[in-house]
Amino acid sequence: MTVAIIDYGSGNLRSAAKSLERAAAEAGGGPVVVTDDPAQVRAADRVVLPGVGAFGDCRAGLHGLPGMVEALEDFVTVRQGPFLGICVGMQLMAERGLEHGVHQGFGWIPGDVVALEPAAAPADTPLGELKVPHMGWNRLALRAPDHPVLADLPQSSYVYFVHSYHLRPAQPNHLLATVDYGEEVTAIVGRDNLVGTQFHPEKSQAAGLKLLANFLRWCP
Amino acid sequence: MLTVRVIPCLDVKDGRVVKGVNFVDLRDAGDPVEQAKVYDAAGADELCFLDITASHEKRGILLDVVRRTAEQCFMPLTVGGGVRTLDDIRQLLLAGADKVSINTAAVENPDFVREAAEKFGSQCIVVAVDAKSVDPGDGSDKDGADKDDAPRFEIFTHGGRKATGLDAVAWAKRLCDLGAGEILLTSMDRDGTKQGYDLPLTRAIADAVPVPVIASGGVGTLDHLAAGVRDGHASAVLAASIFHFGTHSIAEAKAAMAAEGLPVRPVS
Repeated sequence: MTVAIIDYGSGNLRSAAKSLERAAAEAGGGPVVVTDDPAQVRAADRVVLPGVGAFGDCRAGLHGLPGMVEALEDFVTVRQGPFLGICVGMQLMAERGLEHGVHQGFGWIPGDVVALEPAAAPADTPLGELKVPHMGWNRLALRAPDHPVLADLPQSSYVYFVHSYHLRPAQPNHLLATVDYGEEVTAIVGRDNLVGTQFHPEKSQAAGLKLLANFLRWCP
Repeated sequence: MLTVRVIPCLDVKDGRVVKGVNFVDLRDAGDPVEQAKVYDAAGADELCFLDITASHEKRGILLDVVRRTAEQCFMPLTVGGGVRTLDDIRQLLLAGADKVSINTAAVENPDFVREAAEKFGSQCIVVAVDAKSVDPGDGSDKDGADKDDAPRFEIFTHGGRKATGLDAVAWAKRLCDLGAGEILLTSMDRDGTKQGYDLPLTRAIADAVPVPVIASGGVGTLDHLAAGVRDGHASAVLAASIFHFGTHSIAEAKAAMAAEGLPVRPVS
């Protein structure tokens, strides 16, 4: 049950790999491979697309690997294998990213990736002005608590965010969880065989490992 | 609601903890990885390693520490100290750091911050700002150069010994324009004094920049942590000795902040 983590030069894949290995030790599954080889994606049972940095850079990195975009399209839309996008890897599932210009995403989740625009904080909040990036631990509001990937996650789990943009799904049923940051911020999206988290499960201690273990058990 | 981050900081030299916790039950209390695991279990929101190894040749030791930590702790890790080149950053990120903290190199070459942010994304570029008060704004400045006699803070390097002439607020704003994703603000007047954060400094910077500010330098009591957020407007609080010497636990720190009405992530 091979889990392929796509390595396209974006950020730290080590913690993603290690946390999936830890989750696999609990949930079963693995081996976990970090790969830039489309053939390994085609052979994988599950695919994880991480990503940090800017939307356009990540997209360019992915397109810089010959055959990778096609292999991912095949995996997701033809084979319909279980797919997890993390942070910018999740944002790439959208139709368009509006960070530093307009960039095309995979279009698997209809909607755009737009800048966070936290409303001015009410006068009585202890934290004052809300900063961008939205950085730190925020509490999930699950809209689809029955989704298998969210199984047994406490309704108000805290998870770790670092981002300045978020995916706003065009279809409300694709929004699986949100957090409150001066506006309703997208935390988890999904449909069919796809799920994506804006936060970093690999950095979210027990709650993150739980979600990853659920993903490894998931048979959409 | 976003919670206030409590960040313990470990000073690491030649791969060993210099200032660290005295946990009796640790197999090797000098091993940063063992200490990181303790803080992970204790509910710390992030960890910070500050490498104070003098020699750049020993960089491999630090990378190994980061690597082993990332294998066992699934929480955000910031590493600072001696970060001077894009390759330094790349190596730390590949080893498993989530963010790197740039200090002196930013003062010597501000463009380095821009290059780093463009290359790796602002989200992983923390810039350490070390500032000292040069005019308390209490009317004691009589030379007339400072018309409104507002408090003024200046950037210092080399552990607070070398003045740069840079105004701290203007400098912090410039760092954000260059792409810094977060400011780690240390008061060189307060560092090590246990008198609390320099609140006017923290507030001046936090109110001036769009990115989160981590308050650092001077924590002696739990009240100081809450004050850093409530009065200093910091987004996160960093401390070393109150945690390391077992004076207070992460849970106590969070309870104290919660009692002040600040949102914290509960320790599970």
